[in-house]
Amino acid sequence: MSEGTHYTTPAIVLHWLMAVLIVGSLSLGYYVSGLPFSPSSLRLINYHKWLGITILALAALRLLWRLSHRPPALPDYVPGWQQWSAHVGHWLLYALFFAVPLAGWAYSSAAGYPIVYFGVLPLPDWVSPDKVLAEQLASLHEVLAYSLAAVIAIHVAAAIKHGMDEPIDYLHRMLSSKP
Amino acid sequence: MHLRSAIVSSCFAAAVVSAPLSVQAAQKIVPAQSEVAFVSKQMGVPMQGKFERFDGQIAVDPARPESGKVAFTVDLGSVAIGTPETLIELRKPEWFDTAKSPLATFQSTSIKSLGSGRVDVVGKLTIKGISKEIHVPMTLVQQGDTLKASGEFTIKRLDYRIGAGEWGDTGLVADEVVVRPRLTLQGAATP
Repeated sequence: MSEGTHYTTPAIVLHWLMAVLIVGSLSLGYYVSGLPFSPSSLRLINYHKWLGITILALAALRLLWRLSHRPPALPDYVPGWQQWSAHVGHWLLYALFFAVPLAGWAYSSAAGYPIVYFGVLPLPDWVSPDKVLAEQLASLHEVLAYSLAAVIAIHVAAAIKHGMDEPIDYLHRMLSSKP
Repeated sequence: MHLRSAIVSSCFAAAVVSAPLSVQAAQKIVPAQSEVAFVSKQMGVPMQGKFERFDGQIAVDPARPESGKVAFTVDLGSVAIGTPETLIELRKPEWFDTAKSPLATFQSTSIKSLGSGRVDVVGKLTIKGISKEIHVPMTLVQQGDTLKASGEFTIKRLDYRIGAGEWGDTGLVADEVVVRPRLTLQGAATP
């Protein structure tokens, strides 16, 4: 059951909210990874973790919404390879929405730092402290984060490129639920 | 690094041996079955740590705890917590200042029985040259000639200027540190 030509309002809200939070978290993560250990770096790392957990929770909501509300199909005249690339790109994004924060959460637990959301809600450690594992998870989290940044860059470039094409307004689909 | 830790270990051993003692070392600590653990919270996150090197002269008879004595020493440089960066930070003058004052010492002044195997060990804790009287409630369980002593007490790190300066914000690293000694002692206390 296709939604017509435009995304639903919840999908639009989740898209832009997550876009802001993800770009924020990627930037913050990149910045703190180069900082020496200090009270401010400790604060920033905790903010980064809280952002990541928030993104993970929103990703779950968003996935549920998308599974129950199919996004608008691309028109028939859009070449098959472009439709295929769009689908692959979107599912890659969804996979990374979960993989990046999950790897970060596991890394934090393995390093011996349980995550306490906003300093008040303790989250379970589903990985036990383990120095060697922590280093591996740190690398994994980093590689996945860079991958997410790369896919986002392609996604944005493609959206802008197609947004300038006629006759379908790709950008308007994700800006308003009304054609 | 090996030479340095060898020197530190020797100094530690010498300090423990030469520490002024009014205690007959009647019971020996079994290091493999003992631990000095602690919990420090940073922004709500409980960080579990411990000190790997510690020693003590302990003579406590659970049947008559009031006549017992405890002298305990912890090598602050042997702290294990968090990441390697954390350990480097903890050695600095703002924290443990291990270069100048590597040892934390505890000397008991009295031991009070609280009934049912529980005692309150009162004494002086000295860290970074600052001494404070503390109470250490412990539970004693004698099993043959093995005595198991475990307890928990809370200190305020800023009382000893631990993490003062830019780390003084207790909203970031909490002032309260919960310390959990768990000792297995071999041998009987001489009356």
